[in-house]
Amino acid sequence: MWRLIGGSTSLAQKLTEGAMLSSPEMELHVGDRVAVIGGGPAGSFFSYFLLRLAESLDVQLSVDIYEPRQLEQPGPGGCNHCGGIISESLVQLLAADGINLPPAVVQRAIDAYVLHTDVGNVRIETPLHEKRIAAVYRGGGPKRAPSRWQSFDKFLLDLACEKGARLQHRLVTDVRWEDGRPWLSMPSARPERYDLVVVGAGVNSRLLERFEALGMGFTRPHTTTTFVTEFALGREVIERNFGPAMHVFLLDMARLEFAALIPKDENVTLCLLGEDIDPELVESFINAPEVKCMFPADTGVPAQVCHCFPRINIGGAPQPFAERMMFIGDSGITRLYKDGIGAAYRTGKAAATAAVLGGVSTEDLRRHYWPACRAIRNDNAIGKVMFFVSGLIHRARFSRRALIAMTSTEQASGSPYRPMSSVLWDIFTGSAPYREVFVRTLNPKFIAKLTWNLALSILPLKREPS
Amino acid sequence: MSTDTVGKWYADGDYILRQGAEGSSMYVVQKGEVEVFREGTGGPVRLGLLFAGAIFGEMALFEHRPRSASVRALGGAQVLTVDKRTLLRRIKEDPLVATHLMEILCGRIRDLDSRISELEARTGARARTPTQPEKTI
Repeated sequence: MWRLIGGSTSLAQKLTEGAMLSSPEMELHVGDRVAVIGGGPAGSFFSYFLLRLAESLDVQLSVDIYEPRQLEQPGPGGCNHCGGIISESLVQLLAADGINLPPAVVQRAIDAYVLHTDVGNVRIETPLHEKRIAAVYRGGGPKRAPSRWQSFDKFLLDLACEKGARLQHRLVTDVRWEDGRPWLSMPSARPERYDLVVVGAGVNSRLLERFEALGMGFTRPHTTTTFVTEFALGREVIERNFGPAMHVFLLDMARLEFAALIPKDENVTLCLLGEDIDPELVESFINAPEVKCMFPADTGVPAQVCHCFPRINIGGAPQPFAERMMFIGDSGITRLYKDGIGAAYRTGKAAATAAVLGGVSTEDLRRHYWPACRAIRNDNAIGKVMFFVSGLIHRARFSRRALIAMTSTEQASGSPYRPMSSVLWDIFTGSAPYREVFVRTLNPKFIAKLTWNLALSILPLKREPS
Repeated sequence: MSTDTVGKWYADGDYILRQGAEGSSMYVVQKGEVEVFREGTGGPVRLGLLFAGAIFGEMALFEHRPRSASVRALGGAQVLTVDKRTLLRRIKEDPLVATHLMEILCGRIRDLDSRISELEARTGARARTPTQPEKTI
């Protein structure tokens, strides 16, 4: 039997009758207003799961998604400045959740990673030889993109709107706290009062400063500069030179943590991650022989269709919530360097569950939303160690040689036990938590094999990788 | 073969899973159609056709028993494999992932109920009254 609060039914009480809950006024009720700032994956996932959960309880909430951009528009107007990789685990989880990526959204389905170094290359296939990674455009693609290409962000936004969210094509410029509720300001419109505000605006949004200025506990995440660019190569060249594989480069370049060429339908996206990537580092990377050889010999590296230096979250907000407010995806906490869209899914869904089943006071959110964020933060701490070790390995020639040799032997063996391949696969794809990958590297068999390969690469024996 | 759809391509007639085999994965049809059938002494009996978006093999996620039916592609199909490990790892943090699967299982039970009713109506069988529980001392 449901209790009624102020004439309306509390969602949390519907599911957890008798459980320890916060005060009823800090729970969401029928007809409450929720604002979602940002129509990217985090905002759309949050809205979709919030409304799906509310629908299953036969309770109606009013959800406004504020997104000023036309996400389906080609060029910078709809772009979300991202490499656009949907990880192997996220593709599977979305399918299990009933969200299947339509072919028009998937620019290229990927079934392998090719690791490039100055001492050789190695191809790492998916464990089941199945295309379980999706390369997408977050927006409508670069300028003059064909109309058949569909935006991944727009696809998710449409899903949220089909569930009942209302899209507001307006820019939120300010937030204030009044009468125990957040109020949002938009140009040429009167301020709107909400019962819950969820921010999925990304780290490049100036609005985060306004939330910080409220002094309610939120501080912006630490960021670093990355680089994303597009090369138009045409389908034939992409099929021949890249195939259905993502190409990852381990090159001895200071400040460069990760570099990848991601094949799409007619273009290839280059993504560089590290510490404050600048034009000089980009130039050195593009001119490296290991990179140049990926492009047609007659034309060389073509002109960039577009490029940007977006900032990414590398620190996470220490407290990605406050009373009646949550910060999801890049605005709050995300996975270190990898699987940003997967983190948007996790935090967006955790925020939706917390809002519906837990309550919206600071204490409720600490109890019900923070654990999902803390799990990502703790995993990132292990990820930092792994990237540090990985940096040591790819900065020494002998260890690069050992890495390539060990992986090549595993790939050629056909054995199901391929420890280095699985470690590299999960680090590159972001499919498994860093903690799980780290534990695998502590296996004595793995350590013994790596030590053996390191010893062989130091000894003056002729040992060429396959 | 598709380059823009996730999953694996199965040509017409290719088996995706076989009745009686061990398995721990679930599958989601991405493109094309697949046929679910049971192999018995009287030959194969078609249980149904599944199209894009449909899930099958989900029972293997919850029980450790051989596959109860076979599934093969009809005219070619792109099918995504979902690992038990990936799903269980996620369910630990987010139990709501399981609710969609429960909805599917509920749908299957509902479908079976209506099929049984149809069969009984067709064969003229009468609905049995529930048996009285045995008295215990």
